[in-house]
Amino acid sequence: MSRIHAGALTLGMAAAGLSLSAQGATEIAWWHAMGGELGNKVDEIAANFNESQDDYVVKPSFRGNYSETMTSAIAAFRANEAPAIVQIYEVGTATMMNAEGAIVPVHELMADSGLDFDPDAFLPAVTGYYTTGDGQMLSMPFNSSTPVVYVNRDILAEAGVDEVPATWEGLGETLGQIVDSGAAECGMTTTWPSWIQLENFSARHDLPFATEENGFGGLDARLTINETAAVDHIQRLTDWQQNGRFDYGGRFDEAAPAFYTGRCAMLMASSASLAGVRANAEDFEFSVAPLPYSSELIDTPQNSIIGGASLWALAGQDDEVYQGIAEFFDYLSSAEVQADWHQFSGYLPITEAAYELGQEQGFYEDNPGSAVAIEQMTGVTPTANSKGLRLGNMPQIRNVIEEQLEKIFNGDIGVQEGMDEAVSRSNELLERFQQANG
Amino acid sequence: MATFQRHRLTPWILLAPQLAIVAVFFFWPAAQAVLQAFYVEDPFGLGRTFVAFENFTRVLASAEYYRALGITVAFSIGVALGAMALALLLAVLADRVIKGAHAYKTLLIWPYAVAPAVAGVLWMFMLAPELGLVSAWLGALGIDWNHQLNGGQAMALVVMASVWKQMSYNFVFFLAGLQAIPRSLLEAAAIDGAGPWRRFWTITFPLLSPTSFFLLVMNSVYAFFETFGTIDATTAGGPGGATRTLVYKVFEDGFVGYDLGSSAAQSVLLMLLVGLLTLLQFRYLERKVQY
Repeated sequence: MSRIHAGALTLGMAAAGLSLSAQGATEIAWWHAMGGELGNKVDEIAANFNESQDDYVVKPSFRGNYSETMTSAIAAFRANEAPAIVQIYEVGTATMMNAEGAIVPVHELMADSGLDFDPDAFLPAVTGYYTTGDGQMLSMPFNSSTPVVYVNRDILAEAGVDEVPATWEGLGETLGQIVDSGAAECGMTTTWPSWIQLENFSARHDLPFATEENGFGGLDARLTINETAAVDHIQRLTDWQQNGRFDYGGRFDEAAPAFYTGRCAMLMASSASLAGVRANAEDFEFSVAPLPYSSELIDTPQNSIIGGASLWALAGQDDEVYQGIAEFFDYLSSAEVQADWHQFSGYLPITEAAYELGQEQGFYEDNPGSAVAIEQMTGVTPTANSKGLRLGNMPQIRNVIEEQLEKIFNGDIGVQEGMDEAVSRSNELLERFQQANG
Repeated sequence: MATFQRHRLTPWILLAPQLAIVAVFFFWPAAQAVLQAFYVEDPFGLGRTFVAFENFTRVLASAEYYRALGITVAFSIGVALGAMALALLLAVLADRVIKGAHAYKTLLIWPYAVAPAVAGVLWMFMLAPELGLVSAWLGALGIDWNHQLNGGQAMALVVMASVWKQMSYNFVFFLAGLQAIPRSLLEAAAIDGAGPWRRFWTITFPLLSPTSFFLLVMNSVYAFFETFGTIDATTAGGPGGATRTLVYKVFEDGFVGYDLGSSAAQSVLLMLLVGLLTLLQFRYLERKVQY
């Protein structure tokens, strides 16, 4: 009881302090899923915004992981207690944008605010995931990352390899060399298999992940990953498993320790894992390489797609709250704030200006590897297949795919059969979403 | 009796707080779930369509549902039997200890105070394929432990964590049951020449049957519903759905997938299933119980 008391007291004091500093200011609740260091940074961004003006007070509040944050925001909306801003992961995008009447699209918000807002200032490969087919921005990208390859240079040197191959074909040979020479018992492993080995594999080779432009074209999109070269890629990984070139390490980030301990020579993971890799790779030199592509499928690889989350404005707030959200989003997308957030966290900058600012500051020269992800995202113009995914029930679809991949990798089921099952189960979920939202 | 008849209202007033809690936290949500099961609704509650029994027929036609049912049955039998057998063994042993009995008992009751998710995480740390202590020992013995890929091992992990957690609860009841058995009965049997094994099976075990029956019901309910935290924190239903029990599927479909109609239909089915199971236990097993 005393702890609750103390908590209430601190809260009360904090509230009193805030109301003193910003009398009559409009409060803007911001629910987010950034724990730990990133959470502190979020608080810092909000505090800096609050200091920069007197009319609005942004109040960030941590709500658990992505899925929990989304669930609690939805529950709050149903109870008419919704926050003004909520951070939603990229796979929740279709659910949010189909909830007309529950959200306020960013392009409307900005137009109503009268602020000078230029959608062209943003990196299309990042914002593409969160815009409509005709280029209208729906949510504000906040933390976006893309997969890259982390390489243990010491193991490569021991195996007599100088260069990290750019293609999957070359990678196969190199990994064989690493394992055969005994430099490491495992060639490569991957975090987030569905995101990296299927969603990004398809984008990078300009292959459709689903019909209807990966769902951007309509709710009747259905998966196609059982009919494209994605099947061959999963077959390749399955073959590599037999001789140690590939090792499955779990659905989320559990594969990373295999790289940290030097058991695996390479790790495919989010660009935002850079800080983690730097902190854990104490005993060896590492470098960052772009995600490989298959030279048999494409000459110049497409951009990879993003993961992470964006900020959505929810419906049912007062007009001045929306003005405040617009001001805050404007502040958030300024080059200084973006560059700082990007350099601190390893997430991608969302504007061209933030990237240029980083270049001027010499950040990319001082921090080798930090530009790889940006170059991989921005080198080419995104196509319909590499713009991102807009599929209903995507959180569940990703689970279904991960589940089927596990069955394939542990030998329960053949590759083609497993992928067929992944597609038919996912399509049931898509039909279901269409029924509920159609 | 006469006094009670003059106070017709008093018992209701005394019961009222408890009844109010049951109504608000059980009957009302249960009624909502039943209602929800007949609709398809978008997550934000902006619109709903009445679909009659479609949510049920869809669930009952899906192969995944029956797979989860099979997994739930195997998991529940494993957890209920494992937790009860181990607890009984430990209770019998602890009952005999004379020196330091209190310390032993306290230590054995301890795991019950651990939250299910924490219990799961503890076991997961010990058995983590890359970093775990126990998985390293197993590796030395030639057992390649990787519950992220091997469904059988994942099942073993969640069963172990759930058993360890529930064992303490069972232990307390078995110990109390053992201490309620009159010493004179056991002593008489000993004088008649019955060995410890015989004494246990002909006297102790039958006299413990009310306790065992009660625990069987409680453990089934525990395995069906309360192991959710353990599963969520360790395997999240994986790999390949090998540890996805019915209650975990309800959570996934409802809170990850926002398919509220299907989730509600599944929880109604689960409610019926557990109700039926409890009924069967009372109908058939209780006859064998000697009070």
